[in-house]
Amino acid sequence: MYSTNGNNIPRIGFYICHCGHNIASIVDVVEVQKYAATLPGVTVSRDYKYMCSDPGQELIQQDIKEHNLNRIVVASCSPLLHEHTFRLAAEKAGLNPYYFHMVNVRENVSWVHDNKEQATEKAKDLARAAIKRVFFHKPLEKKTVQIKPDVLIVGGGIAGIHSALTIANAGKHVYLVEREPTIGGHMAMFDKTFPTLDCAACILTPKMSAVKSHPNITLWTYSEVEKIDGFVGNYKATIKRKPRYVNEELCVGCLDCIEACIYKEAKYPDEFNLGLSKRKPIYIPFPQATPQVVLFDPETCIDFKSHRCKKTCIEACERNAIDLKQTAKFEEIEVGTVIISTGFKTYDPKLSPQYGYGKLPNVYTSLEIERLVNASGPTAGEVVTRDGKKPESVGIIHCVGSRDEKSNKWCSRVCCMYSLKLAHLIKEHTGAEVYNFYIDMRTPGKGYEEFYDKFMNEGVHFIRGRVAEVTDWALVPEEENKLTIRVEDTLIGVVRRIPVDMVVLSVGLEPREDASEIRRMFNISCSSEGFFLERHPKLAPVNTFTDGIFIAGACQGPKDIPDTVAQAGAAAEALSLISAGKIELEPNTAQVIEKYCSGCKSCIPLCPYTAISFKEDIKKAYINEALCKGCGTCVAACPSGSITQNMFEDEQIFSEIEGLLKFAGIELEEKEVEHA
Amino acid sequence: MPDKPKIGFYWCASCGGCEESVVDLAEDILMVTGAVDIVFWPVAMDFKKSDVEKMDDGSILATMVNGAIRTSEQEEMARLIRRKSKIVIAYGSCAHLGGIPSLANEFEKAEILKYIYSDAPSVINKEETYPLTEFKHNGRYVTLPVFRNIVRTLDQVIDVDYYLPGCPPTPKLLKQAVLTLLSGELPPKGAVLAPDYALCEECPRKKTKPDNVSFTQFVKPHMMLIDKEKCLLAQGVICMGPATRAGCEALCINGNMPCSGCFGPTSRVKDQGAKILSSICSNIEAKSEDEIDTLLNGIPDPVGTFYRYGLAASLLRKKIQEGK
Amino acid sequence: MLSSDKKWEPRIIAFFCNWCTYTAADLAGVSRLKYAPNVRVIRVMCSGRVDPQFILHVFASGADGVLIGGCHPGDCHYSEGNYKMLRRFMLLKRMLKKMGIEEDRCRLEWISAAEGEKVKSVINDMVEKVRKLGPLGIPKRISKIDKEIKIIEKEINPEEAVEHA
Repeated sequence: MYSTNGNNIPRIGFYICHCGHNIASIVDVVEVQKYAATLPGVTVSRDYKYMCSDPGQELIQQDIKEHNLNRIVVASCSPLLHEHTFRLAAEKAGLNPYYFHMVNVRENVSWVHDNKEQATEKAKDLARAAIKRVFFHKPLEKKTVQIKPDVLIVGGGIAGIHSALTIANAGKHVYLVEREPTIGGHMAMFDKTFPTLDCAACILTPKMSAVKSHPNITLWTYSEVEKIDGFVGNYKATIKRKPRYVNEELCVGCLDCIEACIYKEAKYPDEFNLGLSKRKPIYIPFPQATPQVVLFDPETCIDFKSHRCKKTCIEACERNAIDLKQTAKFEEIEVGTVIISTGFKTYDPKLSPQYGYGKLPNVYTSLEIERLVNASGPTAGEVVTRDGKKPESVGIIHCVGSRDEKSNKWCSRVCCMYSLKLAHLIKEHTGAEVYNFYIDMRTPGKGYEEFYDKFMNEGVHFIRGRVAEVTDWALVPEEENKLTIRVEDTLIGVVRRIPVDMVVLSVGLEPREDASEIRRMFNISCSSEGFFLERHPKLAPVNTFTDGIFIAGACQGPKDIPDTVAQAGAAAEALSLISAGKIELEPNTAQVIEKYCSGCKSCIPLCPYTAISFKEDIKKAYINEALCKGCGTCVAACPSGSITQNMFEDEQIFSEIEGLLKFAGIELEEKEVEHA
Repeated sequence: MPDKPKIGFYWCASCGGCEESVVDLAEDILMVTGAVDIVFWPVAMDFKKSDVEKMDDGSILATMVNGAIRTSEQEEMARLIRRKSKIVIAYGSCAHLGGIPSLANEFEKAEILKYIYSDAPSVINKEETYPLTEFKHNGRYVTLPVFRNIVRTLDQVIDVDYYLPGCPPTPKLLKQAVLTLLSGELPPKGAVLAPDYALCEECPRKKTKPDNVSFTQFVKPHMMLIDKEKCLLAQGVICMGPATRAGCEALCINGNMPCSGCFGPTSRVKDQGAKILSSICSNIEAKSEDEIDTLLNGIPDPVGTFYRYGLAASLLRKKIQEGK
Repeated sequence: MLSSDKKWEPRIIAFFCNWCTYTAADLAGVSRLKYAPNVRVIRVMCSGRVDPQFILHVFASGADGVLIGGCHPGDCHYSEGNYKMLRRFMLLKRMLKKMGIEEDRCRLEWISAAEGEKVKSVINDMVEKVRKLGPLGIPKRISKIDKEIKIIEKEINPEEAVEHA
């Protein structure tokens, strides 16, 4: 009746899981179990409370031994969750794990339907399809690949720094690639950190120099990943090192060249200080920049524009480190794993014009205030307005670009806390009256609520309500030459106008502009808001759907520093792969059946991994199994059916289709015809 | 002298080309007639249905039936032949896959009759006379076979043992088949008596097919001067070779025309048209829907192109009639 | 129970790619989004694995619709498998039209791993469209047509009845 594997007549064990009430409350599992028992090939059919539990797995193993089962079908949750568990269980009982097939009756049935009868029918159809399918299953050997021990970390903020140090301290080599001229990321811009109010530089800069000096870390700043190929354990990456026009090996960071620059005054906006101060065409981002190497901005340097500069900088450099003819360098590296820690960007408040950012000079973003309150910032820690005056009153507007249908719907998690911190710091530096305009105060975290309590008692004002607008249109004399914040105070139900000297917009966190390109390059997914998608929010928060590629920090979603550092547990995942030394891959590769291949070459250009080549001696196609990733595109396209794919053979899919569609209606109809 | 094995030939809905291919055995036909007795071959010799009916069941070693099945008479004859023959061979594309006649499955029976008897430009039929299956004349009933709703392959009507593919099968394949039958070493039931790989294997232009064919246009053979040396697909001409069983030794390609698929798919393929479609489309260069769409205009009749010989044997078999 | 006793419900078979659409369907599940129970999903690694033969086989085996879900263009886990599917799909659709199968019965959708909501809306929308079209029921139609030969078969020689799947 069915073609089987040699003499191996199927003896199928069918199991359906209640998953507590998750499945059983919608799907009549007993009915499905009874139904499956009537299908050809089924030797044992059972239902059980939790199939994935130890007793559930033991049930399968016992049946394999007792009833000599050679095929297993489990109807439970998504195969993406527990396929591995059940395969392992089958294997332990001595059965080849690929004789197992999983039916998804939870995510695909019980959780998405509420009609019990229809859900049960669907579960039966799916069970029948799987039972038909396993007739055609074959024993397969797992493919093992070696894991190269080196790790590539993309992004040198606190997440990348912490991951790099963890791995390097474990004795493995790390390539840390940072796009900016220095590592440190956003954290390097902060003055103090909540809730402990310790100085960001004091905790970050030692880590930055540890990265620079670590023998196991190759640090490439001002560099970007250009290309990445390969698969888990065996990635090949090309890193583009952009020209600094300064030899990194020779520059010692004495900054004499900056002093000697033909421009006596700095006149170009300084990126690190968000344009709040000026720099020269040759510059270093900030005093503790790591590496301590200067760089040129060819857009502003006279020599790049006219070639007529006196090049006083070159004269000043005793070590001859300046090389104005430098070009981009490309480094090729081979790594086994990759950690992506590319961080976030802050919301551009110009997109919420009611707050006047960019139009009203004394409206600042929170990040700008971080620089202003910073002792090493543009004003050496003096909080002053753009006209140089000390503000007497400051309004801090929460949730700018967060929790808003018009911009970003999500809560950026850190703004309440950093707004409290900034309120405190502003008050400390200026003695001004500080008003916080919030929707809800969100302070989950160790010591966070206490932090909030403390500042409430410090005399910071809290007004609950989303600010309608910030305006310089004075209605009363007190509002003259001030910024007026118009808001409904929802606690007292009154619309208020509060005049202040300075407005701080607590901007939310967003995915970086090029997150989408990074995602494509590394073959990972994004969630709907654009942050990188983790494999499982709870069980695999730093894994992606691509093996060997991990994510850490705010590129996965808004996070504060403690959570970001905790997420550098991605490092642990990478290390665990490295110390295992190898990984087992799904044996779902494709093969050309040599005697049937006509050499038509239809398949050759279809393979994105160039796994298919044409053997000139026999004039037939050949698939290099090590390169094949098992997409099956060539299989579907082979015009003579001469390519097969393990685990997704034509016969297996056809039988699944037939299984799904052999429903009572058609069979009866046929009988009717015969009796007519 | 022991009786020589008996062989029969019969035709159903076919053009006669298959019969011709038997004659194309040339002097080899003497070998065949020397080795076997031809007991039934209405095209060449005078046999009546009643002659066959009189034979013992299973007394013919093998009958080669060509042509698709469209009428009740063909069904009847097929069944009679089945009963009288040990082995039935579906001979040629029409019996094997439905052939050109099965392109009629793109239309409903009523549409076809209406066109033939009313709408065709050369027809004048004011009384709207249509063929009747039963007609009384001078007190006698005259009957005509029933024209069925669909064209069928031979194996959709009777059990078939072997298939000899091609439009028509080549004399070489026929000779081989006869020799196989006489040897008594029969292949497994259901076998197609031709190689199980695609035509490219034996195509003289195989070496000129580029590794990356990447289609940027499709042209029909009459629209260009075809390079006589180069792979037709590489010239943008739809060639069914990659999805078609070998065995003809690339006759059409040697005539500088693309393969149109008469040998049918290999044993691993359920639907020849779907497979060539998959292979060709996968290799289209364009990525945007508009570009792909424009390119596909170069294949104005996909059904007629990809199922020229196999619509009856395809997964869908016939056009779905509107309504329930 | 005869099928005609029950109210007809559309039967749709879906091929979802492992990385985007299947994951999105899981997300729909985890988010407890409720949608029509008429779709049965077959998991493949990539939409590029979907052989047009599968689609025809699904129709020929009695389904009323086929839904293919893949990653958005440019997002394919295997780089371009989805484009290959798109090209096949576009010609297949032209062919299906010629074979009398309505456009709404065969659908290709790009659904990323994050678009659980889209799984729901696409399935609900497709089920409604197919419901409007009514049953396709190819096996029924064919067996109805095949009655014409079954009759003669019995008249001539009942024991030679050939099974027709």
